[in-house]
Amino acid sequence: MREEILTSSSDSQFLYRNRPKNEKNIDDGFKNLAIAMASMVAIILFGIFLIVFVGSIDSIEKYGLKFLYISDWDPVNDSYGAFTAIYGTIVTSLSAVLIAVPIAICTAILLTEDIINKKIRIIISSMIELLAAIPSVVLGLWAIFILEPFIRPILLLINKNFGWIPLFSTPPIGPGIMPAILILVIMILPIITSISKDSINQVPKKLREAAYGIGSTRWITILNVVLPAAISGIAGGVLLALGRALGETMAVTMIIGNSNNFSFSLFSPGNTISSLLANQFGEADGGQVSSLMYASLILMLITLLVNLLAQWIVQKLSLRY
Amino acid sequence: MKEDLNQYYKPNLRYNSSLRRNLLDNLLSLISIIFTIIAICPLILVLSFIFIKGGSHISFTILSNLPEPPGDDLSLAGGIGNAIVGTLIVTLGASFISVPIGIGGGIYLAEYSRGRTFAKFIRFGTNILAGVPSIIAGVFVYGIIVSTKIIIGSTYSAIAGSIALSILMLPTIIKTTDEGLKLVPDDLRKGSYGLGASKFTTITKITLPSAIPTIATGILLSIARAAGETAPLIFTALFSFYWFDSPQAILEPIASLSVLIYNFALEPYASQNELAWAASFVLVMILLVFNVMAKLLQSANPAVKRTIN
Repeated sequence: MREEILTSSSDSQFLYRNRPKNEKNIDDGFKNLAIAMASMVAIILFGIFLIVFVGSIDSIEKYGLKFLYISDWDPVNDSYGAFTAIYGTIVTSLSAVLIAVPIAICTAILLTEDIINKKIRIIISSMIELLAAIPSVVLGLWAIFILEPFIRPILLLINKNFGWIPLFSTPPIGPGIMPAILILVIMILPIITSISKDSINQVPKKLREAAYGIGSTRWITILNVVLPAAISGIAGGVLLALGRALGETMAVTMIIGNSNNFSFSLFSPGNTISSLLANQFGEADGGQVSSLMYASLILMLITLLVNLLAQWIVQKLSLRY
Repeated sequence: MKEDLNQYYKPNLRYNSSLRRNLLDNLLSLISIIFTIIAICPLILVLSFIFIKGGSHISFTILSNLPEPPGDDLSLAGGIGNAIVGTLIVTLGASFISVPIGIGGGIYLAEYSRGRTFAKFIRFGTNILAGVPSIIAGVFVYGIIVSTKIIIGSTYSAIAGSIALSILMLPTIIKTTDEGLKLVPDDLRKGSYGLGASKFTTITKITLPSAIPTIATGILLSIARAAGETAPLIFTALFSFYWFDSPQAILEPIASLSVLIYNFALEPYASQNELAWAASFVLVMILLVFNVMAKLLQSANPAVKRTIN
């Protein structure tokens, strides 16, 4: 287009094709460099899938889908099944999300409404951002020495009174699934809170004012107008947090007990896929490496699914107002 | 309906707190306050224990010494000096790898892509990469670098650790660069082209400089995240009881604060547990500095915030 405009003018030296050669080379070179760097994302992503898949082929051939529902992880006899770890991964993440969602959404509402003083709200929200910045290994340290000894008597009490329920059937002996769930709750609270807060803030003010104008109270407005309008962002945030919880390694590894004996009870030691990896990958060899790779392939597929669902929901649920 | 209402009260605009809807309103407000208190309790507890248990052990000896093999006396446990240096070196290495790639990729997405399928694919891939669990990055680097000894025959090394961390930093940097460049008004670009500047000159002299606050925020936040990561390091960088003393040491295992906390928290000796607390205090302080710097940049540029989450 530029060429058409300038065809007959004497300024033809400004035409792209009349530019000095080295300038064109720099331009093209820079573009190709940028493309190459963008391609790195794709290369890394494919590389990860390839390495993990190739590494796990032996195990996939040997166990097939049996790997998913056999709970026997036995490096001595070289026989592996990841059910304990898969159960642990899913149970810890889902329970953590179930506990965290109401707390986080209430916090997000409180931080966006003028129920309490604005200065206090700013302090609370920067504190929650601070919580998000604490590395998981530090939370794990805290869980070992503070949280677990603190909740053990409470869990013991629950076990004594409700021990007939399979979920509470074993006495707490220290590290276990329950403390791991609680530490996951602490880790994903800031994620859900800050994303919910942002999506509530993005709801147009007019909607709120209209609701007040026809006589709604504050909470009728929140429950019937604000939350439905913000639901896509909130749901996306919840799924993002679920993905984070599924892949979370350090804090969980430090507190879950790393036992490969399957138990339904939330108070007994358990395992997750990522803590299995953290514990055994460094010293594994032979069939164990392959089985660990198979386990990480499963973990990757689960998190991939959750993340895809998150992206899809954000697009699908977003209300047009 | 209207008559029904009139039976109970005369309509007026005055706030009547005994109405059921207003009672319900106050009840829900109370519940949300209680839940918020529940949410910030663990935070206060975590922070206060890090400051009390960690901060009380901080001394010049601990900050400047090497960790000692297990013992029960705190004076024998040594220090975390090499771990502090190690964390800084591994994170710096990761930034050297991920910052140029991330900015380059972001430039492609914002300036060159024009809605091509390839660009959509890369954006999608960036989101997926951001969701990959950090331990998988460790497994990947173990599989491609540590077990194959591809870098001059070294197995566990600082470089391997840096590469693993850079994979985690990359998506954030690409996203913030992309968003930052998109926020630059198109008029600036057109003005630059109108003056006869080439695309390269326009990007490097006009658009990139105006997007620098956003990009810098993204880089700081990704550094803060990477410095606290443990999972990708435990079987790539491993751990070391020695100082990082020569440039060749990047090909050898290196200590880091996060791995030190992980290893020493699980030791049965009180002295090493204390060292883990001291290390968490130092680590949280380092992360805090990066987060505060990012926050200051962010508050100067309100548009930045949306892109981070």
